[in-house]
Parts: sequence; C-alpha cells; structure tokens
Amino acid sequence: MQWQFWIIQTLNSVAFGGLLFLLSSGFSLIFGLMRIPNLAHGAFFMLGAYFGYSLLARGGNFWLVALVAGLGVGLIGIALERLVLRQIAGNEQGQVLVTLGVSFIIADICLLAWTGDPMPLPAPQELRRPLLFAGYAFPTYRLVVLVIALVAAVGLYLLMERTRIGAMIRAGVDDMEMARGVGIPVSRLFTMVFLLGSSLAGIGGVLGGPILNAYPGLDADMLPLALIVVILGGAGSLLGAFVGSFAVGFLYNFGIALAPDLAYFVLFLPMVLVLVFLPQGLFGRVQL
Amino acid sequence: MRANALWSVVAAVLLIAVPWIIGGEFYINMASQVLIYALFALSINMMLGFGGMVSLGHAGYLGLAGYALILLVINGFDQLSAAVLALVFSTAMAGLFGALSLRAPGLGFIMITLALGQIVWGIAYRANNLTGGDNGIRLPARPAPFGIDISSAPRFYWFSLAILAVAFFFIWRFSRSPFGASLKGARDQPRRMSMLGHNVWLIRWLTFVMAGFWGSVASLLFVYYNLFLSPHALGLQQSAEILLMAILGGATSLTGPIVGAAIITLIKNVVSTYVERWNTLLGMTFVLVIVFMPYGLVPGCQTLWRKITTRSKPAATKPIEIKASADSSSGGCS
Repeated sequence: MQWQFWIIQTLNSVAFGGLLFLLSSGFSLIFGLMRIPNLAHGAFFMLGAYFGYSLLARGGNFWLVALVAGLGVGLIGIALERLVLRQIAGNEQGQVLVTLGVSFIIADICLLAWTGDPMPLPAPQELRRPLLFAGYAFPTYRLVVLVIALVAAVGLYLLMERTRIGAMIRAGVDDMEMARGVGIPVSRLFTMVFLLGSSLAGIGGVLGGPILNAYPGLDADMLPLALIVVILGGAGSLLGAFVGSFAVGFLYNFGIALAPDLAYFVLFLPMVLVLVFLPQGLFGRVQL
Repeated sequence: MRANALWSVVAAVLLIAVPWIIGGEFYINMASQVLIYALFALSINMMLGFGGMVSLGHAGYLGLAGYALILLVINGFDQLSAAVLALVFSTAMAGLFGALSLRAPGLGFIMITLALGQIVWGIAYRANNLTGGDNGIRLPARPAPFGIDISSAPRFYWFSLAILAVAFFFIWRFSRSPFGASLKGARDQPRRMSMLGHNVWLIRWLTFVMAGFWGSVASLLFVYYNLFLSPHALGLQQSAEILLMAILGGATSLTGPIVGAAIITLIKNVVSTYVERWNTLLGMTFVLVIVFMPYGLVPGCQTLWRKITTRSKPAATKPIEIKASADSSSGGCS
C-alpha cells in the first residue's frame, strides 16, 4: 500500500513534469530569442485544453485532436506576434504587458464560451485501464504523457542542435545583432518560434486535459509554474526547461500530496536558492 | 508655481468636500475605493515611474499585510499594534522580495515579481487553517484611531484621504529629493551611475522596500474598508489592475496614477453593474493603452494642452517643449 502511494505519486510527478515541459520549453525559447516573457502562455495552455474538449465532444480521435488544437493555438500565437507585438517592436516592457492583456482577454472569452464549470477531457479509451506490472497498478495514460514529453524533448533537441533552423535560432539567442548581420531572417524566426512555442503549449493543454481538466483559472495556475521552471532552469535553454520542469513537477506534486497547505511554499524555497546562488538559472543561456 | 499652489488648494478643498458634494453612501464608498487604489497605484509608481521597474506582484502586499493584520487582531492584539506589526512584517517581506527580484535587472524582474505574487496567492489559497482558504476571513471591526470612530462612510473617506495625503506628500518629496534623482539616474543610465559611485542595486532595493511599505499601507486601508480578505483580492488580476492604473494615468507624472486609479475604479464599478465582461475590457484597455498611449493620460494631456496654448507662438515651441518634458517627469502638482 505504502509502495503503491509512492509509485503513483512519482508517476504523477513525472507526468506533470512532462506537461510542464511542453508548456515551458516554448516559453523559454520565446524568452531566449525575443527577450520577452510571453505572459499569455498559460492562457494558450488553457485554450488548448478547451479546444481539445470541444473537438473531443464532437467525436474526434484524441491524438488528432491534440495536433489540431495545438495548431489552432499556434495560429493564435502567430496572430499575437504579427498583429500586436510587431506594432510595438523595440518596446519590450510594453510587449510583456500586452501579452498579459491578451491573456486576460483569452481567459474571459473562454469563460464566456465554455462557462465556469470544469470540463473533463476523456482520456483515449485504450489508455484508461491501469497497467498491471509485478503486482502494482500503473496509470497508463500518465505513462504515455511522459513518453510523449520525452519524445518532444528529443525532437526539440534534434531540431535545435542538428538542423539549420535550430542553428539560426541559437544564433539569434546568443547574439541577435550578429545574426541579423550575417543575413539570418530573424523576423521570420520570431514568428516560427512563436508558432512552435504556442503550439506546444496548446498540445500540452489537450494532453493535460484528462489529468487536470479544463477550468477557468487553469491559465493562472500554470503560468507561475512555467515562470518558476524558467527561473530555475535558466531562460533560452532546452536542458534548463527539461530539468526545471521535472524538478517543479516533483516539488509541486509531492507538496500537494504531503503538505497541501504549503504546496506553493515548497516551490518558493528552491526559487530563492537558485536566484541567490545562480541568478541565470541552472543552465541559462541568457540573462533573465 | 503660484498657479500650481492655487490649484493644489482648490483640489484639496474639493477632495475634502467630496462626501458633501456627491452624497449617498454608495458613491462615498466608491470614492473611498478610488483613494485606496490611488495609494496602491502611487506606491507601485515609485518603482515604475521613477525607477523603471515593472512589478506584477504588488497585490502580494495585500496578502502579506492584510492577512497579518486580520490574524493579529483575531488573536487578541489591539488594532494599533496589529497594524504596526503587520506593516513591519510586510515591509520586511518587501525587503526579501526586493532582494530576490533585483537579481534580474531586466524583464526577469517582471517574471520574478509575478511568481512571488502568485506564490503569496497560492499560500493564501491553500493554507486553509490559517487564511480560511477560498472562503476568506473577516476583520471584526474597523479601528478607531485616536478614539475617532471611522465606521461611517464619510468618515472612512476622510480617514483614507488623510492617509493618502501623507503618502502623496512623502512620495512627492521622494521624487524631488536627491535620492529620487539618483533613482531616475539608475533607471536611465545604470552604468554611468555606477561609474559615478552610486550603488545602483541599493537605490533600487530601497525604492522597492519603500514601494512595498506604501503598498502595505494601502493594503491595510483595503482591509479596513472591506473588513474581509480572500485570495481573490490578491491574484494576478489585482496586480495587473494596479499596474494599469499607473500606466494609464501616466507613470512619469506624480498625479497620473491617481487619475488612472479613479478612471479604472469608476469604469470597473460602472461596467460590472451592466456587463460581465470586465476582464475583456481590462485586457483591451491594457493593449490599447500600451500600443497607442504608452506615456499615459496625464502627460499626454499636458503635452496636448501645451501644444494648444502655444500654437499662437510657433517660434517659442521648441524650448517650451523641452521644458514641458522636464516638468512632467518631476510632476505637475494638482
């Protein structure tokens, strides 16, 4: 019984960490390249979950729905970047506040469209039965979420380290002026990174749906976690987002399970330590 | 300058007379809310307008000072010592939060203050045994400073006005002081300021702590006004509203945040009686103000006013224009 508790909690933690990775890797990339924290990222995650709910209610295949919803959120991300953030290019402080304003609008439209009740997303039929192994039961769906997050991590790693586009993004993160100077289309990269980042957040929202449900306030719950991931792991670094996500996943999940009153306080302490001793985060490429 | 002094007296008289002018408890209470939010906006603007530091965690002080006050009063402290202890606690936490947030000089500051504010919110929300969680907790009664009863709406209004006046005077002196000048220097040219021997970090940190102190004072007023505190009052939305007030009114002017607080509070009260979509409106205002009016209403109107009044003398436009920007940054006193 005792073992079962620890196994379940550990699995919950890594599955939650995987979701956080889908959310915060895009956030970290956008921050690294454009130097702005996209405060609408939590709202993108929530929007993904709601899109997923509506598409699933119309009988879509779960994995297809995740892709379509992710792409839909990605298009909204492009619209935000092209139509709004471009208008005030150069005013980073203004851009951050605009993303915050957009997140309020998205959250309010979600409330209007999907009411205030929590909407449960059904997990795919074939993954609902727990996996029995050596006398213990494992929640299958969470294992699959973890695997997807790991696949996404490897894919992003290969994209960033092994492709031309990845090299251009890294160049932009390290030295924007120089990248422009040698003819890298930085403006198109911005749009691409925004598409990638918001799509990942949207897909994370759908995958997180069966675990977290879609509810108003999901955005405000997830955004600070993404911020803490990036503060811990360091901005602009995939490895940082990866390590930070699982660290926060464990801390938050075990915090809720063992000391629900102090779940947020548990997150506060590592954040303080990292800020005091490693202000760039564990693997930060750029100054916060 | 003499005209300015005259206008200040007129404004002060008008503000004191508000309860008689508007009458009706509902409207007087709304005016008190404006004053409380004006103090919040003024305090955040010490960082924003003079120091260029954008904080998205200011509502956290509502949690720190507010819950400290209520818990102390419930546990048998008298109102005065509870208020003082709550302020000390909250200001000390501002010291800690400032030290953490200032580890990141740029946009990371926004992220860290946001995360800290949300952590305070999360603790208030989760710690059921202490804070009552989602249901919130009540303050038994308003205090009676120096034996004066402030339970009625007009009296509470005057009490808030007195506090706001003290804060306004302090912040006005602050902006005019050598320290305020060094803060502006740290905002515009941090490297040169370090070269000149100023400790830029310390300047920013002290500003953060002072802003935290006045934010805590506003929080006490907020709790005295509502006699109730729940996590909903200290979420990200509250922080964003306070920040928007300062930006909308004009962060570089001294009176801007007060104007912004009045506009936002009135719109919010009026709009929420008719439609439910306050958050959309808030978000739209955010986007529109930042895209089209980045310097806010008060400096914008001042520039417009000067343009109108100097149109007849086009030769004198340029020197006045320069003086105008210098004026608005040190604040036209209302």
